Amino acid sequence: MKKILVCWLLVIMLLLAVASSLTAASSPPVVGGTLPDIKLPIPKDSAEKNYLDLGFFGFGTFKIPEIKAKLVIIEIFSMYCPYCQGEAPNVNQLYAKIDDNPSLKGKIKIIGIGAGNTSYEVGTFKKKYNVPFPLFADGDYVIHKMVGEVRTPYFIGVKINPDGSNRVIYSKLGALGGVDDFLSTLIKLSELQ
Amino acid sequence: MKTNNRLILLGLIGMAILLFPCAQSAFGLSDAFKNNIYNPGLLKPTDSVLKLKVGDRAPDFTLKAVSGETVSLRQYRGKKNVVISFVPAAWTPVCSDQWPGYNIVKDIFDKHDALLLGISVDNIPTLFSWTNQMGNLWFPVLSDFWPHGKVAASYGVLRSDGVSERALFVIDKKGIIRYIDVHDINKRPPLEDLVKELEKLK
Repeated sequence: MKKILVCWLLVIMLLLAVASSLTAASSPPVVGGTLPDIKLPIPKDSAEKNYLDLGFFGFGTFKIPEIKAKLVIIEIFSMYCPYCQGEAPNVNQLYAKIDDNPSLKGKIKIIGIGAGNTSYEVGTFKKKYNVPFPLFADGDYVIHKMVGEVRTPYFIGVKINPDGSNRVIYSKLGALGGVDDFLSTLIKLSELQ
Repeated sequence: MKTNNRLILLGLIGMAILLFPCAQSAFGLSDAFKNNIYNPGLLKPTDSVLKLKVGDRAPDFTLKAVSGETVSLRQYRGKKNVVISFVPAAWTPVCSDQWPGYNIVKDIFDKHDALLLGISVDNIPTLFSWTNQMGNLWFPVLSDFWPHGKVAASYGVLRSDGVSERALFVIDKKGIIRYIDVHDINKRPPLEDLVKELEKLK
């Protein structure tokens, strides 16, 4: 009997560990805190690889603070989300404004993570809206759970420090609002200028 | 022996309690629906007996659309391939984020000379309010409300609680069923699976 009891205790402990990893974050990233330890696949596309400028090559994974930038804007989106569809031109405009500004280009980068979307679905969204920045699939909601199972679209601004550490400076549900206002808010919050 | 059985039972209950919250979370729901989505929790993946198989003629039906028009399956015979998307219920997770995805891939349907018919057992006013949050849908949304779930039942996808399965039927221009996916109600069918089937149509 003791053996059975010990076995069940071990099974339950194991399940607790699995459950806690699956439900990792119950709330979205908090401003002032650090980003969860999100791992993303290194893009196959060379333009996307160059954009992220990870400083290393290969086919493995990378962590968001390894992106060569001072500020990374993360959009949690879904191909199936009407607001994300409506917001896509604005996020593209945000990318263009950064790209067109020599003092911002290379310092602020944008990535998108498709909550519950397969690679095909993310690719469909990218093609439909001509999204110029890298989008990553999160088909099994692994990352979505890490960021508190937010509704979409959800924007997170992360300041990357020279020592590789990071600080969340923006974490908000819903549309960007005005693109210029959003950009200047993030520049201010990240003390970029 | 009895104590051992009790311990095993306790262990199983413990496992169920631990796993349940993990399984029912994470839908990636759009903010378009705000806090108006009712979460029924994790449901039995399928709960009906399919009455049709690939190769069968698709049962005809006539249903009223949210737009006010009346749509019959037979009107597309010889003209269009038809994809029927049954979704279980308005204002629930997964369902709310399924048709908006189809809404941005009209070009894929067009490429394969296919039309999409969305069907739910909800009534027209409910479907009107719900689909208004999705933007302007390019495909008809049909109400299978009364006689309740008659079409879903004729396809064998009406669940015991009166909602339909999350099911996809691909029907060719001759009215023959070419693909059936009675999906786990808790999950959205990947778009690529449907596209692959559309690609098989001539």
